Amino acid sequence: MSVSEPYPGEERMPEGAGMSVSESERMGVQAYEPVIGLEVHCELSTETKLFCGCPNEFGAEPNTHVCPVCLGLPGSLPVLNEQSVEYALRFADAAHLRVPEQSTFARKNYFYPDMPKDYQISQYDDPITVDGWIDVDGGRVGIERAHLEEDTGKTVHVGGGGRIHEADHSLVDYNRAGVPLMEIVSRPDIRSAEHARAYVTELRGVLQAIGVSDVKMEEGSMRVDANVSVRPIGTSELGTKVEVKNMNSLRSLGRAIEYEIERQIGALESGERIVQETRHWDEADGRTHSMRTKEGSSDYRYFPEPDLVPVAPTDEMRDRVRTSLPELPAHRRARLQEAWGISDNEARVLIATPGLADYAEAAVDSLDGGSARDVVKWANGEVLGHLNESGLSPEVLPLAPDGLAELVGLVDAGLISRSQAKDVLGECLSEPKRPKQVVAERGLSQVSDAGAIGAVVDEVLAANADAVEEYRTGDDKVRKKKRGFITGEVMRALRGQGNPKVVNELLDEKLAAG
Amino acid sequence: MSRLTRADVEHVAQLARLALTDEEIEHFTGQLEVILEHAAQIAALDTHDVPPTAHPLPLVNVLRADEVRPSLPRDEVLAMAPASEDGRFRVPRILDAP
Amino acid sequence: MSATELAAAVRAGTRSARDVVDEHLLVIEAGDVELHACNLVTAEWARTTADAVDVAVARGADPGPLAGVPIVLKDNLCTRGVATTCSSRILEGWQPPYTATVVDRVLAAGAVPVAKTNLDEFAMGSSTENSAFGPTRNPRDLSRVPGGSSGGSAAAVAAGYAPLGLGSDTGGSIRQPAALCGVVGVKPTYGLVSRYGLVAFASSLDQIGPLATTVTDAALLLDSIAGPDPMDSTSIASPYEAVLPVVNRGIEGLRIGLVDELVEGDGFQPEVLAAVDQAARALEKAGATVDRVSVPSARYGLSAYYVIAPAEASSNLARYDGVRYGLRVDGEDVATMNARTREAGFGPEVKRRIMLGTYALSAGYYDAYYGQAQRVRTLIIRDFARAYERFDALLSPTSPTVAFALGAKSADPLAMYLSDVCTIPTNLAGHAAISVPFGAGEAGLPIGVQVLAPALGEPVMFRVARVLEEAA
Repeated sequence: MSVSEPYPGEERMPEGAGMSVSESERMGVQAYEPVIGLEVHCELSTETKLFCGCPNEFGAEPNTHVCPVCLGLPGSLPVLNEQSVEYALRFADAAHLRVPEQSTFARKNYFYPDMPKDYQISQYDDPITVDGWIDVDGGRVGIERAHLEEDTGKTVHVGGGGRIHEADHSLVDYNRAGVPLMEIVSRPDIRSAEHARAYVTELRGVLQAIGVSDVKMEEGSMRVDANVSVRPIGTSELGTKVEVKNMNSLRSLGRAIEYEIERQIGALESGERIVQETRHWDEADGRTHSMRTKEGSSDYRYFPEPDLVPVAPTDEMRDRVRTSLPELPAHRRARLQEAWGISDNEARVLIATPGLADYAEAAVDSLDGGSARDVVKWANGEVLGHLNESGLSPEVLPLAPDGLAELVGLVDAGLISRSQAKDVLGECLSEPKRPKQVVAERGLSQVSDAGAIGAVVDEVLAANADAVEEYRTGDDKVRKKKRGFITGEVMRALRGQGNPKVVNELLDEKLAAG
Repeated sequence: MSRLTRADVEHVAQLARLALTDEEIEHFTGQLEVILEHAAQIAALDTHDVPPTAHPLPLVNVLRADEVRPSLPRDEVLAMAPASEDGRFRVPRILDAP
Repeated sequence: MSATELAAAVRAGTRSARDVVDEHLLVIEAGDVELHACNLVTAEWARTTADAVDVAVARGADPGPLAGVPIVLKDNLCTRGVATTCSSRILEGWQPPYTATVVDRVLAAGAVPVAKTNLDEFAMGSSTENSAFGPTRNPRDLSRVPGGSSGGSAAAVAAGYAPLGLGSDTGGSIRQPAALCGVVGVKPTYGLVSRYGLVAFASSLDQIGPLATTVTDAALLLDSIAGPDPMDSTSIASPYEAVLPVVNRGIEGLRIGLVDELVEGDGFQPEVLAAVDQAARALEKAGATVDRVSVPSARYGLSAYYVIAPAEASSNLARYDGVRYGLRVDGEDVATMNARTREAGFGPEVKRRIMLGTYALSAGYYDAYYGQAQRVRTLIIRDFARAYERFDALLSPTSPTVAFALGAKSADPLAMYLSDVCTIPTNLAGHAAISVPFGAGEAGLPIGVQVLAPALGEPVMFRVARVLEEAA
């Protein structure tokens, strides 16, 4: 198996995650294969909601972004947001989906207080796009469909520790009600927790790159449900599937799938049957729990939404989308690897954070000394660390990309050491200062002048004549040891500010000459 | 079409979120049966080649520009609410999952 | 005085809108204790609006084609800050924070809203007896129903509360009460008048239309409310062609079809059928040709309608759950609260239709009921299309009977549903139809004759209606 890199800021999955297959094979017992399909809901980053002109904006005061339409007031009618259609078409182009001639909306009827009309307008029989795929580590994942639907409001629970069933009462905010969602339904092509993570990571990159969603799992703008089943290896029939919900990070997605696979295998091995149900992932106890559902509550009585007319994307609409489609992550990764000589993993990390690759590309464009690879190391290291910590996006960092280029130039010219550069960068990322300014303020300028260093080297060699002699006469092991000692003495005399390259060159010369 | 039972009516009332009285359930079982029998006249028609009409007009692509329009003032919104708290609509506790 | 005459007098400055409205408010005050056509008399709103019209006239500005004309609004049209109840306990006292597009349009045309009128709860009914606030009576005979569901508007117009009224028609709810009260009622082509702000009953069938004492007044009102609305996805986008300029063009050379399926059956009173025959002869006399025509699937209209309309209604009425507005009956958890609220807030007919619709859409029954009804809808559209290849307009009774006594059909839902048998096919097809008073039947009560036209066939339909009005 190929292990995809953990998403920046997240811990790596335990080794062998989801791979109970080979393990049990070794043990000579029945081996099982997980079969996983994911339903990914992402909020589209339109200006307004799906069916009305209320702002689609996260974090406003409760019930301030509502109108007769998204509150479901009697007599109100939905009108479809053009941009949401365009975004779905963009995704179709990016993930190789087909756009049928006509798509329609339906009503999904069920009572829930976060749903103002007590039905959700969604696409059922005729989604806007069908039948595509994306390539990810671990194998291509088919996409059955991606369709448009409206989001629900948000509920908070008062009393009972904020847990839904134990609460005294609940409070509803409809700001999110009617926000456009695209639901992306994968085929059951996923075979492990790692594979699922790789798929979601790639999907996230694609959605970001085409600018249709900010896909933040933690803020809920991307939500992932997993359909998990297991079957004996070598069989083609699907096992009973269980829907797992409530994973709010990539990490919990992996853990939840992991747990559910183990649970199902365990159940089958002890002769139990898997029940088709919905299970809730509990991050705290690391388990999935069966959810209470009312009998018959899944009879959604879908029927065509009579208040909306079909969408039939025209050639003109499709062309406009096609010609404006930005570069996709897979293509960009390949391009940067080739142009900059960076590794696949370096390219992945760089592209996974929105705006970071743009930042790095701009820095590379302003380089005056140093390499693109140096830029990437800083971008994926200190810069990314700072972004994760501060929650900022690269566009608003106090240090502009050409500032990073300046820093790389300073290191390359030997004016500051790497460890000094790290401190300088830290300061430039938190305050609006240029690297050169910080270097000057701190008096950090590496001694690179061969004359000045030469004088110190001469002094050190004179003061440690014994060591010099041992170096010159000793075997490789002794030479290495003595060389290290002498270099250390020189650096100490230079208070750590000697350019190591110059020091080494002078030592090579003078030790050989003596 | 099979006969409509009292259990059917109870199930439908649950789907429709109506706390019907026993009397109403009894009453509706009989009445719905009669109406459904009338409706069943059409069940016998041969329509297998006939597409359904969901909508009387052949309209497509009625779309709205993605432009913000004013929302309602919150005090007006919450003035309609049977109960509110902290700028939100207040409801009794929620027992079932969506 | 007709709306046309009133508007002309107000625009000319020979009558003040304020005087006109005060006169009409007096009529309402005198009559409505008995009639109960109004859920709310909007006297203050009316006087303010009338004063504004008078100011506009005084300034020399054009107050619009309906200047100073009193109008009644069916109480399922949203009016900002003015209670809108749908004659239901569940919405009692609810003041919408917005106004329906049609109401904005009649106001912009200078009309003066004098009342919100009674209806069968959520427009479900044919007698206005299903109102939570008590039935409306027929001004022609107080022991009888005015028809429904726009019975309040029809009775109000017939009783002289206002020359104009707005109703909504899902299966005949404008035309049938118009016929029973002896006024003109129009169900426009689906999509011609915006539904934004009309509290939905069955979305693919609902259409707002005029009630008036004359065909010309009905045309005047339709011209003021029709046309595209960006707030309604199902509104026809092409520019509206006014009908008023053509109403008096006559019908020389038009081909009129008398629909077999809409005059057959047990329930038709002989006087009603005789009136339709006389109407046919009157049209021939005016230069049209009249022939029989068959629209075979029209006989399945009622069955299809009583699947489709309740199905859509069951979903449209789900939102009355006690959470955001209207009535709440508390419960220990939210589902119990929802169920108790709906149990207490809806009347028997509304519950019956919600049950029927929920059943028709539920797992295992969708194809047999809803799916099949939609296919029948296609058949009806096809049959009408064939008929309109040979005819410019069709003719039928509006209702099989004249106004019936209060309580006569309340115990038998199916009998009540049958009074819409002639009007329903038009809604299923999305076409236009008008009911014009033509002669008298049992106990001298008015009979309505229906003229049907294809989608956007209003100009021809109004010309035919105008000829019938003259001949009546």
